[in-house]
Amino acid sequence: MAQIFPKWWNQTPGLALFGTVVGGGVATFGLYWYGSPWHTDVGYKPKQPIEYSHKLHAGDLAIDCRYCHAYVERGPHAGVPSTQTCMNCHSQVKKDSPKLPPLYESWKTGKSLEWVRIHKTPDFAYFNHSAHMGVGVGENRAAIGCETCHGRIDTMEVVAQNQPLSMAWCLDCHSDPAPNLRPVEAITAMGWKADLTWSEKARHIATTLNPPGSLSAAAKRGPNGELLTYATAGCSGCHR
Amino acid sequence: MSTSTAVSLPNDPKLRGDVVLPEPLEGRELLVRGDHDFHSITEMVCAVNEAPILKTPNGLKFGIALAAAGAAMFGGYIGYLVWEGPGIWGNNNPVGWAWDIVNFVFWVGIGHAGTLISAILYLFRQKWRTSINRFAEAMTIFAVIAAGSCVALHTGRIWMDYYLFPIPNQMGLWPNFRSPLEWDVFAVNTYFLVSLLFWFTGLVPDFATLRDRTNVRWRRFFYGFLSLGWRGSMRHWMTYEKAYQILAAFSAPLVLSVHTIVSFDFAVSQLPGWHTTIFPPYFVAGAIFSGFAMVLTLAIPARHWLGLKDVITIRHIENMNKVILLTGSLVGYAYGMEFFMAAYSGNQYEGFTFLNRMGGPYWWAYWIMMSCNVITPQLFWFKKIRTNVKFTFVLSIFVNIGMWFERFVITVTSLHRDALPSSWDYFVPVTEVFFFAGTFGLFFFLFLLFVRFFPVIAMSEVKAVMPQANPHWEGYGHAAGGHDHAGEHAHDHHAAPAVGGVAGPAVATTGGHS
Repeated sequence: MAQIFPKWWNQTPGLALFGTVVGGGVATFGLYWYGSPWHTDVGYKPKQPIEYSHKLHAGDLAIDCRYCHAYVERGPHAGVPSTQTCMNCHSQVKKDSPKLPPLYESWKTGKSLEWVRIHKTPDFAYFNHSAHMGVGVGENRAAIGCETCHGRIDTMEVVAQNQPLSMAWCLDCHSDPAPNLRPVEAITAMGWKADLTWSEKARHIATTLNPPGSLSAAAKRGPNGELLTYATAGCSGCHR
Repeated sequence: MSTSTAVSLPNDPKLRGDVVLPEPLEGRELLVRGDHDFHSITEMVCAVNEAPILKTPNGLKFGIALAAAGAAMFGGYIGYLVWEGPGIWGNNNPVGWAWDIVNFVFWVGIGHAGTLISAILYLFRQKWRTSINRFAEAMTIFAVIAAGSCVALHTGRIWMDYYLFPIPNQMGLWPNFRSPLEWDVFAVNTYFLVSLLFWFTGLVPDFATLRDRTNVRWRRFFYGFLSLGWRGSMRHWMTYEKAYQILAAFSAPLVLSVHTIVSFDFAVSQLPGWHTTIFPPYFVAGAIFSGFAMVLTLAIPARHWLGLKDVITIRHIENMNKVILLTGSLVGYAYGMEFFMAAYSGNQYEGFTFLNRMGGPYWWAYWIMMSCNVITPQLFWFKKIRTNVKFTFVLSIFVNIGMWFERFVITVTSLHRDALPSSWDYFVPVTEVFFFAGTFGLFFFLFLLFVRFFPVIAMSEVKAVMPQANPHWEGYGHAAGGHDHAGEHAHDHHAAPAVGGVAGPAVATTGGHS
């Protein structure tokens, strides 16, 4: 009886094993990366109705972020400036810039500029800017800076998403906020670096923070009695 | 090893398997009846596998078509379920778990007999297992597939089922390893994987037999692929035996652990009626009980229609009935002990739950369970009944029904009267009836395809327990119902099934040279 299978079939178990391990690994990583916000969201850079340069306004001219994003310390949304805010300056400055006709159009017609939103969280994830702009009282007050999540806006001609805004990304900071804390005065500072004294203090402040969703202010302690941070206390902190 | 008995058996293979022989004065009854040699065993087992596709026996054809229709209906039902969500079931507010979980536990439990037969009886050298282990293992695998489909579909949003596995993800979420439901995921997956490997390992030499006996191209390719280049050399058999033993050792603890963990799904919660330490042993006994019943439900028609009464004799059926009697009594003891604990603990909630089981709105389910699981199996104390094939078949179906109702009683009656009387409700199934029927369709579709294309009896193992495989066997002339070509087989010692395995019809020639 002739051979059913050619000789190279003897290689199939090895090839199958190799294919499973390597192919499976590549496929897993590929799908993981392809579907992750690092791939889908980071670098999102839509075309805006006006070629507005954050580098010029926030970087070179050093206008405070809060001049335009005025509600960041008070409300859940930082807010996008209205045409009026732009006109505070541009009714006088650079009136004949070729980039500005849409602004004057909006001013004349009363119809808003339709800026394209870049940073989005899903409907089922509650996020409040003001909660991140200063928590704690007195000595223990600290905040997260704009650049921590939005990147170096002062260097961006066109704003792009800088961080993935994934749940794991939120949780990374919420379970260890100390490295990202800064004094409230430095919220809008770009390129801010903590000194040793602040780092020490931030670690202490982190232990006093109340996690979102937790019902008590009781600090959590690790097996050796050290204070832990606590931010992942409950699903309902963000999924309300 | 064995002695012949004084009673002479009829020559008809349709009858001699059902004759009850008296206990031999010494040794044990022969496990294979009739004047079989290795070749005739191969012929008998392979007959159904080797029939050309168009000449598939009509009964089998009809069975496969019916089961395929059931499986197709199941596919449609799954689409409907995914589209509409579990709202198409009768589950209501206190009864959050109903047929979905009942059916899951029912199917997983059935699988346990296959593993017990294939692993534990193997390790204890119970040679009678060889005739029934192959299809009992197949039953295990298909039952676990049916169970898996119940539990994978009951989550509602089935596209989220990957949450069950520890897969790195963008949410930073991880399964809750403190939950018995998560342990269950690993228990059932391990169970499936180990059972599949065990089953397949045992099949390899038999696939080689089928490969070598066929002239049909696709069959040579199909069985050649599955037999992994098996040539039946001594080295192959040594590796095979080692692998088989290792897998048996892996499987043996699974018989106990898998259903223990399934019972934790209930026992680790704090609901009266579920929160009981007796659950693990009670569930394991129940699983083996229901599994053996299902083996009998499948084996009795199979041995009849496939003409396998010579290898699955009344002795095998009696042995299985004894296991059913034992495990059924254990289950009955557990039922009694639950009531005793409810009374003895003085806990009024526990007491209410159990009185409610017996006399509450679901009294009928409780009494079906009691009569099918505790009362009727006691008939197996009578040798007349446990050696009667028809009685056994009917009682095995009773046990299947009873064990399904056991899970129903545990799940639904414990839930429908919760701690807040205003939310009490009565569960009535709606479309999940089709869900359950669909799992049967899937199970029988796979099982009948297995019967059609895979050897239902572990040929090589059955040959190894025949007198011819004994190194001290003195030839056909010395055995009952003598045969003539003695010398050729005289030196076929333990490796003999291997020779039979590869050579098939040419057994006499190759055997002579070994």
